[in-house]
Amino acid sequence: MLRLSVPLRLALARLTLPLLIAAAFGVMLLGKADAVLVERGRMALADLLAPVHAVLSEPIGAVRGAVAEVEALLALRSENARLREENERLRRWQAAALALEQENATLRRMTGFVADPMPAFRTARVVADAGGIYARAVLLRTGPEIQPVRGQVAMDDRGLAGRVTEVGTRSARILLVTDLNSRIPVVLEGSGARAVMAGTNGPRPRLQHWPEGTRPAEGQRVVTLGDAATVPGGLPVGVVRWTESGAAEVELFARLDRLDVLRLFELGLSGILPPEAVARPQPRTRR
Amino acid sequence: MRRRGVTFSLGWLVASLDRAARASAPAALAVLLMVVATVPPDLPSAVPALALGSVLFWTLFRPAAMGPPVVFGLGLLQDLLTFSPLGVGLLTLLLAQGVALRARRRLVRQPFLVVWLAVAAISAGALALGYGLNAALTWALPPPEPALHLLALAIGLYPPLALLLTRLHRRLERAEGAA
Repeated sequence: MLRLSVPLRLALARLTLPLLIAAAFGVMLLGKADAVLVERGRMALADLLAPVHAVLSEPIGAVRGAVAEVEALLALRSENARLREENERLRRWQAAALALEQENATLRRMTGFVADPMPAFRTARVVADAGGIYARAVLLRTGPEIQPVRGQVAMDDRGLAGRVTEVGTRSARILLVTDLNSRIPVVLEGSGARAVMAGTNGPRPRLQHWPEGTRPAEGQRVVTLGDAATVPGGLPVGVVRWTESGAAEVELFARLDRLDVLRLFELGLSGILPPEAVARPQPRTRR
Repeated sequence: MRRRGVTFSLGWLVASLDRAARASAPAALAVLLMVVATVPPDLPSAVPALALGSVLFWTLFRPAAMGPPVVFGLGLLQDLLTFSPLGVGLLTLLLAQGVALRARRRLVRQPFLVVWLAVAAISAGALALGYGLNAALTWALPPPEPALHLLALAIGLYPPLALLLTRLHRRLERAEGAA
């Protein structure tokens, strides 16, 4: 250590805080100027913490499971009645679905229809929150066998949950559909009208920009609009609900407050194509 | 036998490791708390509240353990962990430390409730600043409810946090007295 006189040391100690505040301004400017560097830094930190997150999410998952058990026990009777009624309804739908499936197979044979292949998917576990205060995003733990690509959709077992925005070597950040910056093109089943589902940071995203004359009906099912490169079509998203203030919202099928595992759908092409990928197209994965 | 320069012996190595551990324990605990707070994906983010509480506590009661460079590191970590624009956490934590350092002389002798009130006031100012910085850096006015939730978390989490940190503080003091 340098031998400094005490007054000089005191003066230096006094200076560190203002100097660091100036450095903080510098870091702010750097953050605005070089977003790629910041994104890489964030994902590097997420990769570094991935084992820690994985270890910590087990006991926390167990605690959440225990709390859910207690809640279920408390609501046992009403839940039972609801499930009986749902069971009846689903049996009737099952019979209708079987009949429709038969009819569908016959019609396909008769017309020689070539169906779209079901997109393949990989499953990854949700380990941490990645949204902080003003965003809604989660961190997925991916291993070397799952290499997510930006723009891939992620679904939970019921419906659409979000899209991949940032990718690290061992983790990926999924921006949920409820986030303020999320815009997903959707189709209203039945009328076939296209619309945009925009997140509002609240529990239900808003439906916008439907064509004139095709007002979404209450209870109408919403599915994803498949464009050939990025999003598989027909993935369930939710149901249209109108609020009292006259805004169309989507009640999502996915349970975003209880995400555990997410499915990442593989795409035929390279997802949202950055300039580098256009020059060197990725090979199609053959299954 | 005392020689000129550094006396290099095993005892010295162990003692300096001890000193290093004692000096870094508060910051290490703060980092651990922040990482643990990101794990539950469905709870509102407590990371800024924990960072602010830790920084204020240690600045008031053990300033040597949490000097400005350490707070810089914690602020950077907070910004990276919560995916917020770089610099929001940095500036708020550094300025909060500055205010706490100024008020330290008067606050250290006060009872816990007064300290809590002061921490609440400083947190409110810091989070308001954070809100403003977020608005400036993202060119959009963010919704105020999450900031209010965060303020409530920061004020509410401070007593249990202070309890935990006081225990560490006493242990460090005892270890230093014995060393």
